[in-house]
Amino acid sequence: MNIRNLISYGFLILVLGLVQILFLKNLAVFGHAFGFLYLLGLLILPSTIRTIPLMLIAFCLGFILDVFFETIGMHTAAATLFAFLKPIWLKAASPTGGFDEAEEPSLGQIGFGRYISYAFPLLFVYALAFFIADQWGTGGFFGVLSKSFFSALFTLMLTLVVQLLFFSRKRGI
Amino acid sequence: MLRILQFLYRVRAFLLFAFLEFLAIWMIVANNSPQGAAFFNSSNELVGNALKKQADVVQFFSLADANAALVEENASLKQELLRLQVKPDSMPLAIDSTLKATFEFKGARVVANSLRFSQNYLTLYKGAKDGIKPGMGVFNSQGIVGRVKSVSENYSVAFSVLNTSLLISAKIKSSEVFGSVQWDGGNASEVQLLYVPRHVKARKGDTVITSGFNAVFPEGLLIGQISKVEVNKKDPNYLAITVKLSTDFSKLTYVYLVENTQFQEIDSLYRQSDLINEY
Repeated sequence: MNIRNLISYGFLILVLGLVQILFLKNLAVFGHAFGFLYLLGLLILPSTIRTIPLMLIAFCLGFILDVFFETIGMHTAAATLFAFLKPIWLKAASPTGGFDEAEEPSLGQIGFGRYISYAFPLLFVYALAFFIADQWGTGGFFGVLSKSFFSALFTLMLTLVVQLLFFSRKRGI
Repeated sequence: MLRILQFLYRVRAFLLFAFLEFLAIWMIVANNSPQGAAFFNSSNELVGNALKKQADVVQFFSLADANAALVEENASLKQELLRLQVKPDSMPLAIDSTLKATFEFKGARVVANSLRFSQNYLTLYKGAKDGIKPGMGVFNSQGIVGRVKSVSENYSVAFSVLNTSLLISAKIKSSEVFGSVQWDGGNASEVQLLYVPRHVKARKGDTVITSGFNAVFPEGLLIGQISKVEVNKKDPNYLAITVKLSTDFSKLTYVYLVENTQFQEIDSLYRQSDLINEY
């Protein structure tokens, strides 16, 4: 991870955060599927970043979003869980021998099928944690489950579109 | 001892994870208690400013709608005023002090609003500097909107009616039967009218207004129209009434704030008699 990569990742996360705050705040497809596009920034961070710094990044990012969304703690809790599970899941879902150390798990690098099997469960867990925190004691369990499922699906589609449109094949950004 | 430390070092990632989650959950709980002081929210200057910039751009496109609504309201207020004006041939009576105005009104602009979560809040561009206090009621020309939760210098955050923790005292206009309005976290255009006993004849289309029993809203502000009446499945002594909100929460630009100048007195009276005051 050199300084150039660091800056480009920082820039990416900043842009995604702004998009999330400015455009995706009140967007919910059929009032049901939310887009958590900023998770793309966490998803494609290279596997060289260990759990602890990743969790701290996720915690700060979730907290900033929470302050803007007036959902204090919910994005924070879900994003921390997301960051905790990401390295574990990446290790479990990677092919035998593991990914190349410096490789980033983005669409261009690991391919379509593997990207979906890597990203979707993580996004689903994130959405589930978020909606459980949001609907605590009010919504029914199946409502939470279907909201989480469709949100994860919608977010996955958003991340695919963004990567197809804006990411070059060779480098991450 | 060394082995314990070694073990703790090995699970350090998990320990940090547990700590951060604990912190996040503490924040959720602290923020959701209505009386609890919220430290971080959009009434913060920096966040408020950013949200206001966004609202500046977005609300520019709905200026025409906002204008039309204001003109309409102006017209109806003019009419009201005409009706209230003292005729020159009549003699004004000194009114009893109990009838003096106990409500004060202010206007504010909405800079942020959410309706997709189960705890929704509004951010208003008026704060302590303009005399906004926690507990004031929020409404607009269409109907009720919410209640102020916390205030900073220039901004304030209010519970939306679309917040499952907000209860508003309401009544059915035609029959004067009262109950409480609460959102169930589902459809963002409907709320539930609770605690209406079963013998009451409530019909679809009846108007629901604020009761004025609480100290926050004056009597008679519009809440909505009854869209469905059923027997409550959980407690068959009561009806489950669904009310269609008259306020369009997806298009809030300007709101009014109302303060009961006798709120302190009423509230302390409630406290003395150990009553839980709903809003």
